[in-house]
Amino acid sequence: MVAKVTTINVSKLREDFPILNRQVNGKPLIYFDNAATSQKPKSVIETTDRYYREYNANIHRGIHKLAEEATLAHEEAREKIAKFINARHTEEIIFARNATEAMNLVAFTWGKANVGKGDKIVLTIMEHHSDIVPWQLLAQEKGARVEYVKVDEEGSLRQDEIHELIDETTKLVCVTQASNVLGTINPVKEIGKVAHRYGAMFLVDAAQSVPHMRVDVRDIDCDFFAFSGHKMLGPTGIGVLHGKREHLQKMPPFLGGGEMIREVHTTGASWKDLPYKYEAGTPNIVGAIGLGAAVDYLNKIGMENVLEHEREITNYAIRRMAEVNGITIYGPKGVAKRVGVLSFNLGDIHAHDLASILDEEGIAIRSGHHCAQPLMEFLNVPAMSRASFYIYNTKEEVDAFINALEKARKLFAR
Amino acid sequence: MSSDIYKDIILDYYRNPRNFGDLPEPDVRAKDSNPLCGDVIEMQLKINDGKINDIRFKGKGCAISQASASMLTEAVKGKTLDEVKAMGKPDVLALLGIDPGPTRIKCALLGLKVLKVGVYGYLGQAITEEVKQLV
Repeated sequence: MVAKVTTINVSKLREDFPILNRQVNGKPLIYFDNAATSQKPKSVIETTDRYYREYNANIHRGIHKLAEEATLAHEEAREKIAKFINARHTEEIIFARNATEAMNLVAFTWGKANVGKGDKIVLTIMEHHSDIVPWQLLAQEKGARVEYVKVDEEGSLRQDEIHELIDETTKLVCVTQASNVLGTINPVKEIGKVAHRYGAMFLVDAAQSVPHMRVDVRDIDCDFFAFSGHKMLGPTGIGVLHGKREHLQKMPPFLGGGEMIREVHTTGASWKDLPYKYEAGTPNIVGAIGLGAAVDYLNKIGMENVLEHEREITNYAIRRMAEVNGITIYGPKGVAKRVGVLSFNLGDIHAHDLASILDEEGIAIRSGHHCAQPLMEFLNVPAMSRASFYIYNTKEEVDAFINALEKARKLFAR
Repeated sequence: MSSDIYKDIILDYYRNPRNFGDLPEPDVRAKDSNPLCGDVIEMQLKINDGKINDIRFKGKGCAISQASASMLTEAVKGKTLDEVKAMGKPDVLALLGIDPGPTRIKCALLGLKVLKVGVYGYLGQAITEEVKQLV
């Protein structure tokens, strides 16, 4: 087999990430915990640094030079993000703290106004807790029901259950575009069509997809779309809710306060237009600007190249891991149906023991339930280890990872 | 091949746990889990004259949690309940012979927490803050 030549020059790209020079336990850091959060390139670090050094000011209200520059940079970031996900309108981009807050925003505004007794909310068994708990809380309050589409042995959503569960009583369908445990890429466009056929709203959790593949909210035709900045090279504390403008205009506000009001009187208040109606208080200005820089960086590489590189690494990792005795890899077999997230178990070694042994080798992986306890319960697996890749990971790192797995296996075999 | 955390003795206790299983008619039965990693430990005690006469544990989870629970059962057999109440993190670290570090310490302390909860329960005393904060 001839190896596909990736268009990413990884060794050059790695120079953009200062943290990759770090040693951990005397070994070079191998960072395979990208599904938890990604590392940050110099351009993002320097952009946030420059904001504080050169034009730190509150936005939207100040009539002075710094306020003008900060406002401009903040709103430019919003435009970059809108283009990045192909939003129809820039004001459809609402800044939140993270994907979790973005999804809670939908539950607290649209959900409280539209979900009632006996209504159904359809989720999938592979959802992250952030897609489950807000809807459980809402369902408890309103007397609605929450039901879950299950997965097949390969970790793909069961088509029959999608068609069975979504019906006239369904008010909302919420699906992750890419699973943070199984790596499965879900056919969100098709699921959205089913939801819309029954008049249900369609919310996509894109926390694990936006960092790794080209996404197009117009093509998916989702009503809401949520993701975090920190998993896509951006700072922590900034996330995005994309919503169709017609919905966002009609929905009640989320948090009340400054920034989001048009006028306030002792008797009441009126709201600003989009997107500010949903952005109460001084926002995470530096976070948004930093996320804009992250989008620039990803655009420079090209999202097709990002996905191709990750698939090459994932493919290689799957092949090498299969050589390790006793390994179980969860999720779709072929890389075409997945992002670079590999959850696995090695024999009967507990995931936390494995993570500790790998940490001694300077390798960062995640272990535990991955904020997806319903999925773990469904699969009847108490804990998994997870290696997740990004643009800066290499096959040499995968080789070191395999050696560490072998070390763990031998250690526990005695 | 060596590992800093996974010393031979810890792996030995994990693979061949001492005092594993059930006691017939125990005076105390206590169980707790660490929801973060799914570690579960149950302790069963036979108490006589204010002393731990016999002890067994059951559980599942990582090597650190299971080995430290097993080592603990050996260490406390014959001890008075007051002695057990006075035990803390340093005693468990001494048994393990290593400090597993801040991310794993809760695994190591689960067994002690369950044991102390059982003893306080037997004595009809309220569980102290110190015990609650072990895991």
